[in-house]
Amino acid sequence: MHKLNIKNPTNNETNPTTLGIGSIFNMDTLVQQIINGLVLGSLYALVALGYTMVYGIINLINFAHGEVLMVGAMVCWSVMTFLAREFPQLSVGWAFTLGLLTACLVSVLLNVAIEKLAYRPLRNAPKLAPLITAIGVSTLLQTLAMIIFEPNYKSFVNPLPSDPLAFWGAVITPTQVMILITTVVLLLLLVVVIHATRLGRAMRATSENEQIAALMGVKPDRVISATFAIGAILASVAGVMWAANFGTVHHSMGFLPGLKAFTAAVLGGIGNLPGAVLGGLCLGLIESIGSGYLGPLSGGVLGSQYSDIFAFLVLIGILTLRPSGLLGERLAQRA
Amino acid sequence: MKIFKLHPWVLVSALVLLVLPLVLQPFGNAWVRIVDVALIYVLLALGLNIVVGFAGLLDLGYVAFFAIGAYLYALLASPQLLESWGWLQDHYPLGLHTPWWVVLPLSAILAGIFGVLLGAPTLKLRGDYLAIVTLGFGEIIRVFMNNLDQPFNITNGPKGIGGIDPIQIAGHPLSKKITWIGIEFNSVTLYYYLFLITVLLAVVICYRLQNSRIGRAWMAIREDEVAAQAMGLNTRNLKLLAFALGATFGGVAGAFFAAFQRFISPESFGLMESVMVVAMVVLGGAGHIPGVILGALLLSIVPEALRYVATPLQELSSGRIDASILRQLLIALTMVLAMLCRPQGLWPKNKSGGLR
Amino acid sequence: MNSHGTVLRVSGVNKRFGGLQALSDVSLTIKTGEIYGLIGPNGAGKTTFFNVITGLYPADGGQFELMDRSYEPRHIHKVVQSGIARTFQNIRLFKNMSVLENVMVGEHIQTHVGVWGALFKTKAFRDEESLIVQKARAFLAYVGLEQFGAEMASSLSYGDQRRLEIARALATQPQLLALDEPAAGMNATEKLQLQALIQKIRDSGQSVLLIEHDVRMVMGLCDRVSVLDEGHLICEGVPQEVQNDPRVIEAYLGHGETSQ
Repeated sequence: MHKLNIKNPTNNETNPTTLGIGSIFNMDTLVQQIINGLVLGSLYALVALGYTMVYGIINLINFAHGEVLMVGAMVCWSVMTFLAREFPQLSVGWAFTLGLLTACLVSVLLNVAIEKLAYRPLRNAPKLAPLITAIGVSTLLQTLAMIIFEPNYKSFVNPLPSDPLAFWGAVITPTQVMILITTVVLLLLLVVVIHATRLGRAMRATSENEQIAALMGVKPDRVISATFAIGAILASVAGVMWAANFGTVHHSMGFLPGLKAFTAAVLGGIGNLPGAVLGGLCLGLIESIGSGYLGPLSGGVLGSQYSDIFAFLVLIGILTLRPSGLLGERLAQRA
Repeated sequence: MKIFKLHPWVLVSALVLLVLPLVLQPFGNAWVRIVDVALIYVLLALGLNIVVGFAGLLDLGYVAFFAIGAYLYALLASPQLLESWGWLQDHYPLGLHTPWWVVLPLSAILAGIFGVLLGAPTLKLRGDYLAIVTLGFGEIIRVFMNNLDQPFNITNGPKGIGGIDPIQIAGHPLSKKITWIGIEFNSVTLYYYLFLITVLLAVVICYRLQNSRIGRAWMAIREDEVAAQAMGLNTRNLKLLAFALGATFGGVAGAFFAAFQRFISPESFGLMESVMVVAMVVLGGAGHIPGVILGALLLSIVPEALRYVATPLQELSSGRIDASILRQLLIALTMVLAMLCRPQGLWPKNKSGGLR
Repeated sequence: MNSHGTVLRVSGVNKRFGGLQALSDVSLTIKTGEIYGLIGPNGAGKTTFFNVITGLYPADGGQFELMDRSYEPRHIHKVVQSGIARTFQNIRLFKNMSVLENVMVGEHIQTHVGVWGALFKTKAFRDEESLIVQKARAFLAYVGLEQFGAEMASSLSYGDQRRLEIARALATQPQLLALDEPAAGMNATEKLQLQALIQKIRDSGQSVLLIEHDVRMVMGLCDRVSVLDEGHLICEGVPQEVQNDPRVIEAYLGHGETSQ
């Protein structure tokens, strides 16, 4: 049997305070966990938005969405590595910016292509078929990344200084600040697009009732492609941020965050955009605080390495107790 | 059993199956080993077929039952537990060597229990959510296997469990070869016959389930769960039954795997394995037993055969493409292309059928 | 044949959807061996009522009695086990199973051999299986589909699919057969054939509940009829009475609705 070397990065690397039992209920630790949780949650929120928008419009779990995160990070890394080698006089900041823009572009093209080639033909197929295809696409992307980029962890050069700043008894790194700011900016842009542009109106209409929207002159195919494109931008930026925060890129770095982001989308209410953001932040907080306190609370039996399964437990819990999520579902009406 | 109408092709196939390993042996044990592992996959695919093919429940965490069966066997037939709990050594001075015919049923039963446990929360979920939740369960089991080395070392974490006993039949461990009437039966060949018998048994079980009231009830659920309820079917219990029975196949396959490989680690029980078995079922033709077997054989043997193509490829791509990557690629392409081009699978039941 | 006079008695059934009171205090009685029709303008609550008594929607209140025994329409399958079998307006057959298999599934609750029997092919299993097949063929013959046994259910014509659905429901051996707009989407010939089938079913002693839009068909077929309007039962009686009842006429004309 072939054993595959798939290691999944956990978020323990950014948890500088998996401290001892004595400081469980220390406020400083709690503040630290909250900061870490919000940062992690912002990343989840960005990816969750992509999931929720797609599900809200075509009732599909785009299983491959997590890989867009990975593609974004990998492309940015490649560009930065290339620039560092060919144009060493270029500052890291510029390399990073160029890398980020390239990553967005590539991700958008990739995601739109995937939708056209793999999902669109199955628009009317029985419901499990697109899901299986999505899993196939996800695996395909991971495998191709493994082939192109080799399966080892690569270090990602962060343009920002890593000296942490003191904040309310805890520390916050410039990268974490960048993540929070970027997330807020992107969310504002998204709100503007959704509520103040023609495209946004078309998206809202299509997600309510595709047939009627089409009767009003909206081209559903275009809207769906646009949805995938926007989701790709959000996820690839999240991917680059993720790489900057954790310092490494890896072909399977998108898998677990992708699943957790989906959980966040369900937690907030699938199809519900504010829900996705809320779900992302909540999940980030749950993971961060939970993994910090799980060890001491369970008397050392369960350590923070179990933090990955929090997301799944949250998913099962939400689907059992409140399946429509915290803020309610918004699903597309289908005839 | 109506399959045995003694058509000539039945006799020919039986003969082929009987001598296959002996024919392959001269080419190297590796080939027989490939067939052995393929048979384990066939067992897994048949089990998953009950859940996905018969009852229409997309289980993406099937590997969990495989892991449970394997780890149970490993714990009951290796030095692992004794090393962790020294006091056990007093009770088992000769080591823990539970015979396979005790562990196998236990593996099946334990896997079945977990089938019910992991299936229960999914009963009210719609198809795609069910898939994700089962995937989550598969991951949870893997994380536990990977981390149950503290505070008590049960699974030995990522290092895995080694020194697992081989299967012993009539006092002879299958890890040693036999010479009989001048023919050499290598260890891999002996395991082949054991696995073959098990697979044949599994096929019979699957056919009997399919052609029964329970089988029809599962298919009704697959076709239209509400309509099935409207016929008085207790779909909740029937779904749990499908999960449980499907899981038992996984447990048995896991036990065999542990005994065959004599070493297991959490790496063998990841999402990729679950996805692979799903791909086998879907590719072959979900719900159609011969199709599922075909899918399993294709996806487990073809990547191995491609290994011989892989070596030049490996050189071309400076060491990046090897057989396991080829397998992954093949699985991914299968899933995408199968759904786009032939969603009913390569060998579906009569005209329509397969994954609906 | 049973000796009870009433097969279904419901009283005080209420159902609310958010702000809308879909059913208000609906009470009706279906006698054994009769065809009972339920009509009303669009949105009157017929389907809601149907779904409530068959367990698809939970009721907000009311008493339900089948064969003088009270039942709780909470779980669809339990309602069927109590004795009400239903068909669906948009025909929900098991498409990828054969015609015969569809009916065989209908017999599920009247049979009981489980996994053990199936795995070991016990005598009980073999006997039951052949009985199931036999009975299924009989049901198919009853509705006139015996030659289609081995066909895929999806390959039948629309009218035949409806017959199959009815045969499947009859296979559960219900006390009450409940048909949800069985004539929907049918042409005139198919409707006549359906009518004949339903009459045949009634003549053999089976009680039938029927929701229909085709008022003419209902008046010609049913022994008794009741009319729902905006969640209220406004009239109950034999077709001639109901037809001429001013409240009924008002309900239909008032809503601008006269169905074909």
